[in-house]
Order: sequence, then structure tokens, then C-alpha cells
Amino acid sequence: MLEVQNISINYGVCAVVQDVSLSLEAGKIIALLGANGAGKTTLLKSLNGGLPVAKGVILLDGKELKAFSRREIAQKIAVIAQETETKFPVSVLEFVLSGRFAHGAAFGWETPDDLRIAVECLNSCDLANYESRQMNQLSGGERQRVVLARALATQAAILLLDEPTANLDLAHQALMFRLVKERCERENAAAVLITHDLNLASEFADEILLMKNGAIAAKGAPEKVLTEENLIEVFKVRVLLDENPHSGKRRVTTIY
Amino acid sequence: MLPVLVGLLIVSLLLAVFLGSENLAFFELTESQATILFDIRLPRVLLGACVGASLAVAGAGLQSLLRNPLAEPYLLGVSNGAALGTMLAFVFFSQFEFARPIFAFAGAGAATFAVYQMAKSRAGMNVERLVLSGVIVTTFLSSIIVLLTSLLDAAKLRSFTFWLLGDLSQGTKNGFYLTFVLVIIGTVILSSQARALNLMMIGERDAFDFGVEVKKVRLIVFAVASILVGSSVAASGSVGYVGLIVPHLIRLLVGSDNRLVIPFSAISGAIFVVLADTVARTAIAPRELPVGAITALIGAPMFIYLLRRS
Repeated sequence: MLEVQNISINYGVCAVVQDVSLSLEAGKIIALLGANGAGKTTLLKSLNGGLPVAKGVILLDGKELKAFSRREIAQKIAVIAQETETKFPVSVLEFVLSGRFAHGAAFGWETPDDLRIAVECLNSCDLANYESRQMNQLSGGERQRVVLARALATQAAILLLDEPTANLDLAHQALMFRLVKERCERENAAAVLITHDLNLASEFADEILLMKNGAIAAKGAPEKVLTEENLIEVFKVRVLLDENPHSGKRRVTTIY
Repeated sequence: MLPVLVGLLIVSLLLAVFLGSENLAFFELTESQATILFDIRLPRVLLGACVGASLAVAGAGLQSLLRNPLAEPYLLGVSNGAALGTMLAFVFFSQFEFARPIFAFAGAGAATFAVYQMAKSRAGMNVERLVLSGVIVTTFLSSIIVLLTSLLDAAKLRSFTFWLLGDLSQGTKNGFYLTFVLVIIGTVILSSQARALNLMMIGERDAFDFGVEVKKVRLIVFAVASILVGSSVAASGSVGYVGLIVPHLIRLLVGSDNRLVIPFSAISGAIFVVLADTVARTAIAPRELPVGAITALIGAPMFIYLLRRS
């Protein structure tokens, strides 16, 4: 679906991402891990054309990303970014419907289908009856879930998530990951997500990309990447590794 | 909502036509009264309607684009850019009537671009930065305008000072035709971008991610706003605060959806300026006030209110 080949991204003369490759197939979840400033968000932004790539290519369904219009890209790739704030009164329903922009006419009103999809997505994000609430009256966690509902409402096959669980309580963190996982398993979607929670990455991701100073330090299945030496190298912390007794996946405990 | 607004527009047009320093009766018009009605008052009232609609639509568009309810052509310096353009045309190319609107578009466009570049930073654009940039561009352009007025003779100076404050009495029929055609085209074009503007209003990054050609929409809105403000200023000077007050009231009534806000602002802007000009003509009749003084009297307190709330 999304094929990233040896890309580098510069801010001015400074290289922020260097020689990164990844391959996203249907059903797959890739987690981007790394210290602050490692280039995770920059990489994620470039994946839907939000930042120009200095070297390398990004292929979307086999065709160069540059060949698509913004609208076509938005039909295939949805983004959950760190939240934005608006000074205008925007209702939750209006906000989620903006996820349907790439599907309808640029001029005109949303169809009954758009409305149905928006309401379904709100319901699945535990936001039933929130339609007429104003965005600026919601809590951080509620807003974050509205942002997820908007991304789901696009019905895009690729989800890009930048710290989607930052403001969420435990129950809603689990809900967020379950919804993303469901999308990927049942509807052949795929996701790239940035998180600082090593255990969530271990539980939910099929592949982990560990980044350091803009380059890939390690890449592969969670138990292959989440090793003592990798984590010391990237995060400079000592860890204890064992198995999650429930899922059997690698579990990381930080030693303070 | 739409029928109510159209009804109000018709009522205010009729009111404006028949009220004035010479009050006209509906049915018994003398010949001289008919001349006043059709040659003086009607063109002025209709021009006022077009100017009001232009400024309100430009304001609504700029506010959504810049994600800032305080963006307004007059406060951003766009009107002053257009005024400077008009003056240059007036001083150097006074024989060509259409040099004025053309120079006004250019001035409005240049001012818009300058304010946008100044307000933009790596971290995006915040309210204070935008308003301050507007103030700086406005005062800079004002000082050039003052320098230029010193080239004018005393007789022209008074009418110019009036015009600068926003004055519909100096409008021409051609000015009306031009603003009329442009406000229709401009409102249709901006309405066609309304859904994209709804996304821009949430955030530029969001709009980009969800399929809006951000640069294209920005260019369209800046161009249309410059043309609308340019043609209004060339015809009637800088009538301030219309683009602030009108879209704000409309949003209170119908919410933030630009598919409603833009067309409704057009009609309400027309109503607002027509009524304000009627007050300007009748309040101290037979003398007149510039209509811009009336709109600013209402608009400035409202600006403070909006600033404190944001």
C-alpha cells in the first residue's frame, strides 16, 4: 500500500530524517519509537506529502505520491495529528464531517451517507449524542476521540497516528487501539503510529521502527527490536525485559 | 432565514431611498424629486448595498482563511492599500476612470500579501501578531496617504478626507455597475470554496491532511478579497468594520458553516451599510456624515469585545 524507499528530509540544511525505508501492507501496524526529536513526527508528516522529501521516493499503491492530488491522497490516507484548536464555534458533527471532504463535491452539502458514517464513527469512539456539542467545550480526551472519529470517517485504508493516546485515560487508550486494530484486521487497513508507550507498541504493532537522530536504529518484530542494548542505545535507560503473562508479548519495565 | 434577510434588504433599500434631507412621498413625486430619487439617491443606495456586501463577504472569507474572527479588511490594512492605490490613480491618471479600481485592486493585494507575510511565523499565526501586522501596515500606508494629500489643493482636500473615512456621496454610476458585477462574482467564487474554508477554519494542517489544496484556496480568497475591497474602496473610500460586525452576527445566528455565513453575510452587509448611510445622510441633515464614521462607531466597541473574548 505504502512503500517508502530510502527517504531523507531536510529542515533547511539540517537533515532530520536520513535514509529511512518502510513498507506498509494491508493489515499491518507499524509503530515508530524513539526519543523526542528523533524525527518521528517529521517522517510521519512526509508520508502523506505534508513535507517535501529531499531524497528517495514514496509510493502509494505503486504510484509516486507526488502524482496524486491532495484529494486523492486524503481518500487513501487519514491523519490523527496532535490536536489543533479553533477560535470559531465548530460542532463535533461538523468536525467529523470534515473527514468526508475528500469524498463529496468540494462545493455543496454532505450526503445522507456522509452523515450516517460520521454518526457511526462517533458512536464507535464512545461519543454517542455528542453531535451538537461544541469542540471548544470538550475535554482533551474527548477532543482526541473526536479526532479519531474524523480519521475513521474518511474510510481511508491507511491511518497515520501521531501520539494518538496522549490525552486518553486507560479505558480510552485501549478503545483507541482496539478500533485501529479492528480497522486493520477486518477492513484490510494499515497504520503507522508514533507512541512513547513501549508496551502498547509491543502489544499492538506488527513491526517496530526504532529511530535515533533521524535514522533507523533497529527495525523488525517487537521482540527483535525491544532488546536491552537497543533500548539503552536509543533511550539511555536500563530496562528489565520479560513476557506479558496475558498476551505472551515482550514486556518492558524501566529501571529508575 | 434567507427570506427574512431578503425581506429586510428590500425594506432597508426602500427606507433609504425615501428618507433623506429631502423626504420623498411614495406616490406624488414632483419632477425635481424624481430627479433626486433616480439620479442621486437610488444610485447611492444601491452602491452602498454593493459596498456593504463586498466588505462583509471579504471579511467572512479572510476570517475563515486566517482562523481569526478579528481579521477585517479595514483593520488588516487592505482597505488602506486600496485607498493608496486609488489616490495614486487619482493623482497621476485622473483622466482614466477605471485606473482607480485597477490601482485599488493592486494596492489591496499588495497590502494583504504584506500583512500575511509579516503575521506568518514558523509556529503559525496568532491573533496578536496578525492584528499588530495590520496596524503597522495601516499606519505606514496612512502616512504615505497623508504625504500624497499634501499634493492636493484645498478644495479637493475636504472631499478627499471625507472619502478616506468612507463616503458614498461621491460614487458614480460606473462605480456602482463595477462593484455590482464584482460582488456577485466574488460571492459566488467564495461560496464555491466554502466547504474547503470550513476545513481551513479548523486548521491549515488539518485542511491539508483531509484533502484541501491549501495554497490554491488561500490564493483564491486573497485575490477575491482584494478585488472586493478594491472595488469598494475605489467607489466609496474605507468604510471600516463592516467585515467584522456582519459575519460575527451571522455566525451567532447560523453557526460557523461558511456555506451559510458567506451568502448571508453578503445580504446582511448590504443591509447594514444601506442603513448606516441613511443615518449618515439624515442624522444632521442637511449636512452629512461619512458613512465610515457611523460603521466605526458601532464596530470599534465590538472589536474590543471580540478581542477580550478571544
